[in-house]
Amino acid sequence: MNDLLSPLVLSQWQFGLTTIYHFLFVPITIGMATTTAVFQTAWVRTSKAKYLQLTHFFGKLFLINFAMGVVTGIVQEFQFGMNWSTYSRFVGDVFGAPLALEGLLAFFLEATFIGLWIFGWDKLPRGLHLATIWLTAAGTILSAYFIIAANAFMQHPVGFELNKVRGRAELTDIWAVLSNKVALAAFPHTIVASFMVSAALVICVAAWHLARNQHLDTMRPAIKFGMWTMIGAGILTVLTGDQLGLAMVSTQPMKMAAAEALYKTSSGADASFSIFTLGTPDGVNELFSIRIPYLLSFLSTHTLNGTVEGINDLQAEYTSLYGPGNYAPVIWVTYWAFRWMIGLGLLSVIISIVGLWLIRGGRMPKQRWVWRVAVWAFPLPLAAMIVGWIFTEMGRQPWIVFSLLKTKDGVSPNITGLDVLISIVAFTLIYGALAVVEFRLIKRAAQKGPDDVVPLDDTSGRPSDAVTVY
Amino acid sequence: MDLSLLWFGIVGFLFIGYFVLDGFDFGVGMALPFLGRDEIDRRVMINTIGPIWDLNETWLIVAGASLFAAFPEWYATLFSGFYLALLLILLALIARGVSFEYRHHRPESRWKSWFDGMIVVGSAVPALLWGVAFANIVQGVALDSNHNYTGTLFDLLNPYALLGGLTTLLLFFTHGVVFVSLRTDGDLRLRSQRLAVRSGIATIVVAASFLLWTNLAHGKPLSWILAGAAAVLLIGSFIANFRAKERGAFTLMAVTIAVAVLSLFAALYPNVMPASNDPANSLTIANASSTPYTLTVMSWTTLIFLPLVLVYQGWTYWVFRKRVTRASIPQPTSTTAS
Ligand code: HDD
Ligand code: HEM
Ligand code: HEM
Repeated sequence: MNDLLSPLVLSQWQFGLTTIYHFLFVPITIGMATTTAVFQTAWVRTSKAKYLQLTHFFGKLFLINFAMGVVTGIVQEFQFGMNWSTYSRFVGDVFGAPLALEGLLAFFLEATFIGLWIFGWDKLPRGLHLATIWLTAAGTILSAYFIIAANAFMQHPVGFELNKVRGRAELTDIWAVLSNKVALAAFPHTIVASFMVSAALVICVAAWHLARNQHLDTMRPAIKFGMWTMIGAGILTVLTGDQLGLAMVSTQPMKMAAAEALYKTSSGADASFSIFTLGTPDGVNELFSIRIPYLLSFLSTHTLNGTVEGINDLQAEYTSLYGPGNYAPVIWVTYWAFRWMIGLGLLSVIISIVGLWLIRGGRMPKQRWVWRVAVWAFPLPLAAMIVGWIFTEMGRQPWIVFSLLKTKDGVSPNITGLDVLISIVAFTLIYGALAVVEFRLIKRAAQKGPDDVVPLDDTSGRPSDAVTVY
Repeated sequence: MDLSLLWFGIVGFLFIGYFVLDGFDFGVGMALPFLGRDEIDRRVMINTIGPIWDLNETWLIVAGASLFAAFPEWYATLFSGFYLALLLILLALIARGVSFEYRHHRPESRWKSWFDGMIVVGSAVPALLWGVAFANIVQGVALDSNHNYTGTLFDLLNPYALLGGLTTLLLFFTHGVVFVSLRTDGDLRLRSQRLAVRSGIATIVVAASFLLWTNLAHGKPLSWILAGAAAVLLIGSFIANFRAKERGAFTLMAVTIAVAVLSLFAALYPNVMPASNDPANSLTIANASSTPYTLTVMSWTTLIFLPLVLVYQGWTYWVFRKRVTRASIPQPTSTTAS
């Protein structure tokens, strides 16, 4: 019991919970900023009212969500110092730089141009106003790049030198950090996955209105746009995920072994990938499984007969390298997280393909379940992303910085269990309450639908109360 | 050139930017119950900072991340040491940030007064606690030989630090009220001028005693000069406001805050976090900083991008330079959620 209330364990829970919570909003922000920008571009180019309506409508959903992304992000930035001060001292020289670049290059851009976009409808010329939403979108994507570069250093440290006297990692090559192969693979994977999330939101909202036979002229193009985006982004997610898998195997083979619960080193047909397994949760005893031979070998090495190292061999290898200890992450988490990521993502794509076929050529399915599935499929890609990150972060354990610093050695030495208990309870309460408020607001705004007539008192396309939005 | 010294300056600049900018929107938030007589007044006030509060707050994120990158030891000591105080600031910023966006989404007055309350508290708490935190930094705290803070939350709430907190609270309050008078018209504008006169007197008294205490205890010639300058500027701002010169009053107030923070950094130098128990444990510019290579990288990017940031932020302020009028607010009955 004492252990559960230790600053270490509580800090791990707090970091996990608050990061996951932040990340509920991040992919929606990344995806919806771009989606809104696309609709606004369509309006500027064609001057068709329906695109302006879509811009305002999805823009509003985007803004409700954006507010949460911002306030939860500040917590993230502070937590490194608050809960992980030893880690911060150890990596600050390397890890701080991408975070500072993120603030200077990305967050300033986002925060400034979002204000101009919200309040600038009748103050800026059309083209310039369009540029503000694109710059906001660019800011969100840029910020994802820098945060992933920082995270990639924890997965695969590069561009540094260990200073034994100071006991810290020191930056020797910023380009190596920014072009870390893990970052170059994880960044596109995360961005395209974010587009799947926003596509799911667009589909969900549009389907809800179409099921009620309302707003057809805006919602039909919206749902098609959403489904095509889902399919396109889904394919790209698989392709980039494949690249990321290669990077992962070469940098953290233990993670791939843990993803497959592969204890013994295997190759060729033995290195099979199980799509589904019934067994004891730790993966030690298998009762039943559907396996695809060679697939694991292919995923890991892109050859059919490549060798995939198993947990037991890696454990032995790491013990001799880094001293005694357990170097395997919690297997059942990595095993299932990896499968759920892929499964939920693929399911979303399949739903979109079927959906496109059902509405082909202007058809409107009469069965209510069709629309219900489209509405309720909304959380699938978001859940896939979350479990993907849980896989990435939990699969790195016991390390906080792979091969350099263990998580247990990174925690702040001078915070008490009570401190962290207070903060974790406080965050849970405020985040919980805000989740309810935010969900209701989005739902309300989404169900209200686009304003039928956007008052176009001039050519600026501003909504009726744009001067004073708040 | 000694880059760590340069970065001491840049971190100082970023915190000055944060206090000057977010300072006035904290003030506007705190002044809601004093100036916002009805819903329209309150909407006018919130809309004066609507387009810019987020970018102002982002200065904190950039300042914090730069602290992390340039002085990891300082960042680690400060943030883990002031754990509960920072938690309170975070909770306040969360409540405040969502309130700006959410309060207008429903017409019910109970809904709105909830969020108004969160804006007031969410603005006052950081305005107070940032002063407490910076006063403690200047005064020094108990650190062990690994630079870890060994005190408790209550050690941070000492009289000197509380006076520091009261100083920032009042400075930001007056700064915000002056901003309201600069960006509104009619009755609201007149009332904010009057309120700024009253709060200005309190601000001068409290800020002057805080700066005096700081310099008597930790002063160096430069910090004395800067503190004196801050006092003169503050009185100048007060006079300008008294004469209804809003632009002058606001500018002088902004410079006052900048110079006052500067004087704290001057008093701090060459430490970044002095150890009150044993000077040998102090964090200094030299022992807290990153390597010259990291600082070089950071210096180049800052040199290139910070001016660009300043340009587009300045442009934003220029785009939204017009006064927000009551007439521009739709009547409550016809309010369509935006
Ligand atoms: C909609 C979301 C989604 C979908 C459908 C997929 N992924 Fe994914 N995946 C993510 C969302 C995601 C993510 C949440 O965005 C992660 C977490 C860390 C990262 O960079 O991306 C991730 C991580 C991640 C990793 C771990 C990287 C590491 O720890 O270093 C691998 C190997 C893959 N993915 C591979 C795949 C493959 C082979 C997929 C399909 C066949 C796939 N992903 C579908
Ligand atoms: C949205 C994506 C992310 C999610 C969902 C996520 C989730 C998690 C989870 C669940 C943990 C706890 C692991 C454990 O205790 O076993 C964790 C730990 C941590 N993550 Fe992440 N993470 C994400 C992105 C990041 C990024 C981008 C960074 C750094 C830039 C980061 C840095 C850390 C750190 C420092 C810890 C604490 C130490 C540890 O427990 O390993 N995370 N994260
Ligand atoms: C644990 C590490 C993380 C930290 C320290 C962090 C920090 C922050 C901060 C401070 C903000 C607020 C910015 C503002 O005020 O405008 C923010 C928002 C944002 N973050 Fe994170 N974040 C983390 C995880 C992530 C991850 C994993 C991603 C993307 C893959 C991400 C992408 C974004 C984006 C796109 C925004 C802006 C949009 C929004 O506010 O919703 N963040 N983050």
